[in-house]
Amino acid sequence: MGFFTDSSVCIGCKACEVACKEWNEVPDLKPAWSGNSYDNTLRLGANSWRHVAFVERVRQDDAAGVRWLMSSDVCKHCTRAACLEVCPTGAIFRSEFGTVVVQDDVCNGCGYCVVACPFGVIERREDDGRAFKCTLCYDRLKVGEQPACAKACPTASIQFGPVEELREAAQARLEQVRGQPGGEEARLYGADEGDGVGGFGAFFLLLDRPEVYGLPPRPEYRRRDVVTMWGAASVAAWLLVGGLAGALRWRR
Amino acid sequence: MAAVERREEPAERPLVPRERPRSYYGLPIVRRPAWTWEVPLYFFTGGTAGALAAVSILARWSGQHRMGRSARRMALAGALVSPALLISDLGRPARFLNMLRVLRPTSPMSLGSWTLAGFGTALGMAEAADLAGLPVAVTGTMEGAAGILGPILANYTAVLLGDTANPTWRGGRHLLPFVFSGSSLAAAGGALCLAGPGEGRAASRRMVVVGTALEQAAFLAMESQLGPLAEPYRTGRGGRLAQAHRRASWAGALLVLAGRRSPLLQRLGGALALGSSALLRQAVYRAGFQAADDPAYLVESQES
Ligand code: SF4
Ligand code: SF4
Repeated sequence: MGFFTDSSVCIGCKACEVACKEWNEVPDLKPAWSGNSYDNTLRLGANSWRHVAFVERVRQDDAAGVRWLMSSDVCKHCTRAACLEVCPTGAIFRSEFGTVVVQDDVCNGCGYCVVACPFGVIERREDDGRAFKCTLCYDRLKVGEQPACAKACPTASIQFGPVEELREAAQARLEQVRGQPGGEEARLYGADEGDGVGGFGAFFLLLDRPEVYGLPPRPEYRRRDVVTMWGAASVAAWLLVGGLAGALRWRR
Repeated sequence: MAAVERREEPAERPLVPRERPRSYYGLPIVRRPAWTWEVPLYFFTGGTAGALAAVSILARWSGQHRMGRSARRMALAGALVSPALLISDLGRPARFLNMLRVLRPTSPMSLGSWTLAGFGTALGMAEAADLAGLPVAVTGTMEGAAGILGPILANYTAVLLGDTANPTWRGGRHLLPFVFSGSSLAAAGGALCLAGPGEGRAASRRMVVVGTALEQAAFLAMESQLGPLAEPYRTGRGGRLAQAHRRASWAGALLVLAGRRSPLLQRLGGALALGSSALLRQAVYRAGFQAADDPAYLVESQES
């Protein structure tokens, strides 16, 4: 199961942010004005599992003035999830719904997932010490409910369902949006299994390039990179031993 | 709550910039480490201890017993400090044993934790066997085990950094292990120059020189491979640390060479070599902060 977030119908109401906080008892953020349009949440983190981005953009040729892009961001529940693969305690697991969930009774706050996530999603909670992120409402899914954010979204910008079905719906929606004014640069982000993380369980329809929304253009996590790195490290280890043996004038 | 001041904008300047946006309000995309000062220090203590453990078994095999024992004791000290540093960095230190809850081959931190645990155990047993006067074969076997794990301990931390989303760490992932290996080699030599036995002086000096050469060459290669992603090693705190590291490194090697007849110069050179190895880990760690904080690095590296 996963999310399809269709940013073309997002009205920036932040109902998802609020519903998520309430249901999951996510601690509040220290209130502060960012000056970045209507966005004071700024980015995803341990205490913000949904984040609505507000982009103000003026294009050179745009007679209409400011173009407003809004999109509700969330953990991507990657098919190849870096956070899960690097977690040394096994605290992060793939659930029966295909989502990526942290077990907070196992996490020891080593912080590795924080630097491993290609989207900067997961974060260590400062006062708590453990890592937190969206669980795709694991507890609600288990009783057959849909996630709080999807339920609260008044425009169906956040859709929840089996990823395969969502992808088909997204493709159809993309074709529709492309034909409309302002939809020239529309694209699906994370709907392709061939991308760097094997596709997202939570993917998006964006109206501009991903980095405009604070998303990495081409996120990547591949297991074979770890293999080649260990290869390099083995050669380097042998060089170290060779250097020591040479220095000690060691001969058989 | 901070109030936002909005200054009058000149009429011809649009409130919203017209240029092609490369990021979302300049906010970072990937996260900077949540780690604290203990982590780069551990990279140094673990790396040095790892190389020293390899010295200990190689010296034993080549009949330099005093050298071997001295290296082993220093390695043991490193093996005791290292886990303490790592545990104190955890968000939940009481749960440190969860590190050995699973063995996850895809996680360099998991493999590293197991390596460190085995390494410390082997060194502790070698020391105990030696003190208890057990047969040499027992001590030797334990030293051998530590000597095999040591070189892995010396550079797995480079794999750990490479296996992240940080553009500068990730971009250098195949050369950083060589940098760390060289640095650990120089640091082991430095420690032995500083406090090792007289019989191993010449060998310790060679370690510093060979290690420095390897580390500097690998670092240059890594910088040129990184291209624009090497900027965090040239500017800001990362840049200052990298430069301090480079200077200490060369100065250490030169002093050690000059110290052939002066034990004082040799000690000084040894201390510099050790210090430069610690500085290297700090530089790499800090460069990672800069690389994470500016989204341009990530976006540019993923666009081409
Ligand atoms: S987006 Fe980050 S936190 Fe979410 S599953 Fe992928 S790697 Fe893990
Ligand atoms: S901080 Fe917790 S969830 Fe993240 S990698 Fe470490 S143990 Fe796993």
